[in-house]
Amino acid sequence: MDTTPTLVADDAAPLTHEQLRELYSLMAAVRQLDTAAVAWQRQGIIPGYAPELGQEAAQVGSGYAVDKSRDFVFPTYREMGVARAMGLDMVGYMSTHKATWHGGMYNPLESRFAPIQAVVAGSVLHAVGWAHGQTLSGKPAGELGAAMTYFGDGASSQGDVHEAMNFAAVMKAPVVFFIQNNGWAISVPTERQVAGGSVAARAAGYGIPAVQVDGNDVAAVFEATRNAFAHARSGNGPVVIEAMTYRRGPHSTADDPGRYRTLDEERTDAGEDPLERHRARLLADGTADEAFFAAAHQAAQDEEEAIRAGIEALGPRPGSEMFDLVFQETTPALESQAAAWREESEHV
Amino acid sequence: MSETITATSEAAPAAPTSPAASTAPVQHLSMQQALNRALDEILAASPKTVVFGEDCGQLGGVFRITDGLQAKHGEGRVFDTPLAESGILGMSVGLAMAGFHPIPEVQFDGFAYPAINQIVCQIARMNYRSRGTLPMRITLRVPSFGGIRAPEHHGESLEALFAHVPGLKVVSPSDPHDAYHLLKYAVSRPDPVIFMEPKSRYWQKGPVTFRPETPDAGTADAGEPPEAGLTGARVVREGRHVTLVAWGAMVARCLQVAELAAEDGIDVEVLDLRWLKPIDAPALVASAGKTRRAVVVHEAPLTSGLGAEVAQLITQGCFDTLKAPVERVTGFDVPYPSGDLEDEYLPNIDRILFGIQRVLEYRRG
Ligand SMILES: Cc1ncc(C[n+]2csc(CCOP(=O)(O)OP(=O)(O)O)c2C)c(N)n1
Repeated sequence: MDTTPTLVADDAAPLTHEQLRELYSLMAAVRQLDTAAVAWQRQGIIPGYAPELGQEAAQVGSGYAVDKSRDFVFPTYREMGVARAMGLDMVGYMSTHKATWHGGMYNPLESRFAPIQAVVAGSVLHAVGWAHGQTLSGKPAGELGAAMTYFGDGASSQGDVHEAMNFAAVMKAPVVFFIQNNGWAISVPTERQVAGGSVAARAAGYGIPAVQVDGNDVAAVFEATRNAFAHARSGNGPVVIEAMTYRRGPHSTADDPGRYRTLDEERTDAGEDPLERHRARLLADGTADEAFFAAAHQAAQDEEEAIRAGIEALGPRPGSEMFDLVFQETTPALESQAAAWREESEHV
Repeated sequence: MSETITATSEAAPAAPTSPAASTAPVQHLSMQQALNRALDEILAASPKTVVFGEDCGQLGGVFRITDGLQAKHGEGRVFDTPLAESGILGMSVGLAMAGFHPIPEVQFDGFAYPAINQIVCQIARMNYRSRGTLPMRITLRVPSFGGIRAPEHHGESLEALFAHVPGLKVVSPSDPHDAYHLLKYAVSRPDPVIFMEPKSRYWQKGPVTFRPETPDAGTADAGEPPEAGLTGARVVREGRHVTLVAWGAMVARCLQVAELAAEDGIDVEVLDLRWLKPIDAPALVASAGKTRRAVVVHEAPLTSGLGAEVAQLITQGCFDTLKAPVERVTGFDVPYPSGDLEDEYLPNIDRILFGIQRVLEYRRG
């Protein structure tokens, strides 16, 4: 019995040359910034970072499909490339890694990018709630916004993911579940993490259409995500996308991948480099030339330098925020703790 | 020794807190009816409010608190969810982000545990994380505490756990009047409130005073001024010799104790704490400062319970005037026992009287 429901087809036009070039420029910017962030950590500019080397296509391709006027993204701790593809303020984004803040974008309602999430699978249910809010708002199908929630193959083991898929399917909530299967949950490979063949395979159990996409092919990821959004925004309920990719670097700047895989394995298992692959395509069909690539990389470098300057200029947040932001309406206990803190640390 | 709450709970009704009580219309309702009515009015007043949980829709909840609400307000506003507490609370976060005012229910206190991750790591922190741009205007209704001889996990006292979490507020009504008004007030506020309903009191009737001018007006809209008298503790019985501090179902029991103590010439003041976070410290200090002796009574286990917090606040505010250390009469540090042992576990009249005796007979040195 074939239980896999089908996705409603998208009739959008194929990507234009301009869009294909833009996807490359975005990936170049993300690669540059990601590599730089690791270096910044080594230089002591930021205390920690979760790299995404090798995941540029999965992140840029999906983030590029987001319509910021109506959709909402629920990231984890590794979605720098999604943020960049959505055109967010990257100094603001990096302030979390700088440890001036641990909330991600300062105003999620404006950026449409929910707070960076350290609890794996923590925000998958939030996406369902937000999406159900779209349904409750009474917007006609077609005008709905969709929520896109990111998580890894490791996070897919969490009960919250299963609750979320079930809720979304029962409620027909416009949610795109975007799994970046980068092969690893820190040191544990996918085959020891995911039962049932794949994360996408599980969707059938919830009656959710699912696609597995080559996560190193930015155009394929974009098209799969665009299709999923079209399906969800038309009131057909959730979609599961599993982008198969590979985390080429460490899990975080504190991780040592040498303890669980060899360099040889890394080279053979990682597959095609997403940037090289897209570059070859653009060259082959004449969409871009060497001058374009050189300019794209120069722009990425300039951008990185500007972001670094912005990060270095970030001062610490005022300590009073610690007390001010707990509640909308503060409590007497917090007020007196804040007063004592001011006095005892001579901040009066 | 074996008295039960249901057999003896028709305690003297508390003084209504409404400022215009004398002219306001009064109805005798059970707490279940009062809560149902409050939810009905909340749903009518604000289209952004949504009520949901397990069996909340057609059934009206296992305690019937949401009875009839789906039929009246529609399946979009009052709905059944799949049976998954983390799902219910996680979904609430997203709904709040989308501008709704979720009023989720977990069916029984013990089933809030599977949702603790969403409550503690998400609901309690989202305002902070987002620099105040994502307020979590969520009122989580939790049928709470014991006293109904229910199976395991149906009679937990989670107040200290919730009150300890930065970013959450916790309140527990003790009678129908407060249940009605505190629920409306909680829903009108912009922060997450854990609303702990003493399930053993659901069926006890008492006077509910409505606002005189607009008896049925909802208070669910933002910008509504706080209801006078709902934000802190309240003295439900005045006395001179000792203060009993309690919340939830223990308030009625303390009122009974006060009646009995009065026969022996002991004049007991009973303070209903109501808000378990933020705690109304000035009210504690005022009452204990006056009577100079205090006993905290709660159903939860003793160790690291809220009684310790209350005792510290009183000690700090009244150290010089206190005649005795603050006493605690509480549940024990054991998993909530089965029904047959419930009366041994819960603070009963005798144990509370002993507590009073200890503070009255305390001698220094
Ligand atoms: C609930 C929870 N448990 C454990 C961790 C510690 N932890 C952080 S990332 C991670 C692995 C996650 O793997 P995956 O979901 O595949 O995402 P990836 O890091 O590969 O992007 C673990 C175990 C956590 N952050 N949250």
